[in-house]
Amino acid sequence: MKTLIIAIAIASGLFMETACTSNSNTQKALPIYGNREPVTKTVNGKTITDTVYQTIPAFQFVNQYGKTITNKSLDGNIYVADFFFTSCPSICPVMHRNMLNVYNAFKDGNNVKILSYSIDPKHDSVDVLKKYADKLGISGNTWWFLQGNKEETYKLANNYLVAVKEDSNTPGGYIHSGYFVLIDKQKRIRGTYDGTNTDDVNKLINDIKTLQSEPAETIAQ
Amino acid sequence: MKSILTFFALAACLILFFACQNEKQIEFNRYYASGQVVYQTRCQNCHGAKGEGLAALIPPLTDSIYLKSHKDDLACYVQNGLKDSIVVHQKSYSGQMPSVDLAPVEIAQVLTYIQNSFGNKLGLYNVEQVNNNLTKCK
Repeated sequence: MKTLIIAIAIASGLFMETACTSNSNTQKALPIYGNREPVTKTVNGKTITDTVYQTIPAFQFVNQYGKTITNKSLDGNIYVADFFFTSCPSICPVMHRNMLNVYNAFKDGNNVKILSYSIDPKHDSVDVLKKYADKLGISGNTWWFLQGNKEETYKLANNYLVAVKEDSNTPGGYIHSGYFVLIDKQKRIRGTYDGTNTDDVNKLINDIKTLQSEPAETIAQ
Repeated sequence: MKSILTFFALAACLILFFACQNEKQIEFNRYYASGQVVYQTRCQNCHGAKGEGLAALIPPLTDSIYLKSHKDDLACYVQNGLKDSIVVHQKSYSGQMPSVDLAPVEIAQVLTYIQNSFGNKLGLYNVEQVNNNLTKCK
């Protein structure tokens, strides 16, 4: 009888341990956000079903150095995107104070980038963006401040699941959410973080490290 | 009996003395505490939780010498914003500060908070000073 109890105790102990480890494993993988649809195709005579995830569509902008930046410029990179404008009086300073922590954590690596899209391209010329970057202490090609067609920018914001709106009643003239959006190498959305919240941004930094150690996927989209 | 009376007289004197001290201290504390709330909701986004500013974009609030020498202009800066470039800690800042819509008493509270936080120790900035300074805005 006694041995039976001991055996059960050991078994449940083992069970609990594996339960805990598998739990922490699932916590480590980041979710994939956005719409998804199953696609059935025939490969080598076999019918297989794949899931196609929402990805960031093609875009073309100009960065603070006057260089053209497209979605192709991000190939092989994990990146963080946000939407801002340089004359923003409300949440942008605190967003970029927090984004500086992300920049400092990854500026010496080569596969993490930060994109800040201006939602006020009329005022935020390449020159204005360069001055802003300089004053923030940004150099090199880790953090790009992008400027482009206004309608395209607003449409793209939707693809990042970020709300942007013009509103003359708001100080600064625009309403926008202060989210940082994490994009993986397959251009899928893997996380959204409140850019005004330091704790949330620290989570972003950890999630980027998790994403960096994720095995490369062979399925090309 | 006599010694008891002397004791009470002394105690009463002491209580009075501390009450007066306290009244000033209480006024300061009231301004400071309210000012902290105003700061957190209206100033902290740009100037930071520790008054550290933001790189070369937004000046820090840690330069006691600047605060002291511009004491009479600070209320106007808050109310009307600031367009001119200023020099803080020997560094030039040329960004625009937007005007902040605050009542004079709130300006006094937030200036008391700023002037006695982040390493500054410049005492109370009361609403009379603010009202007086606001009539002289450039």
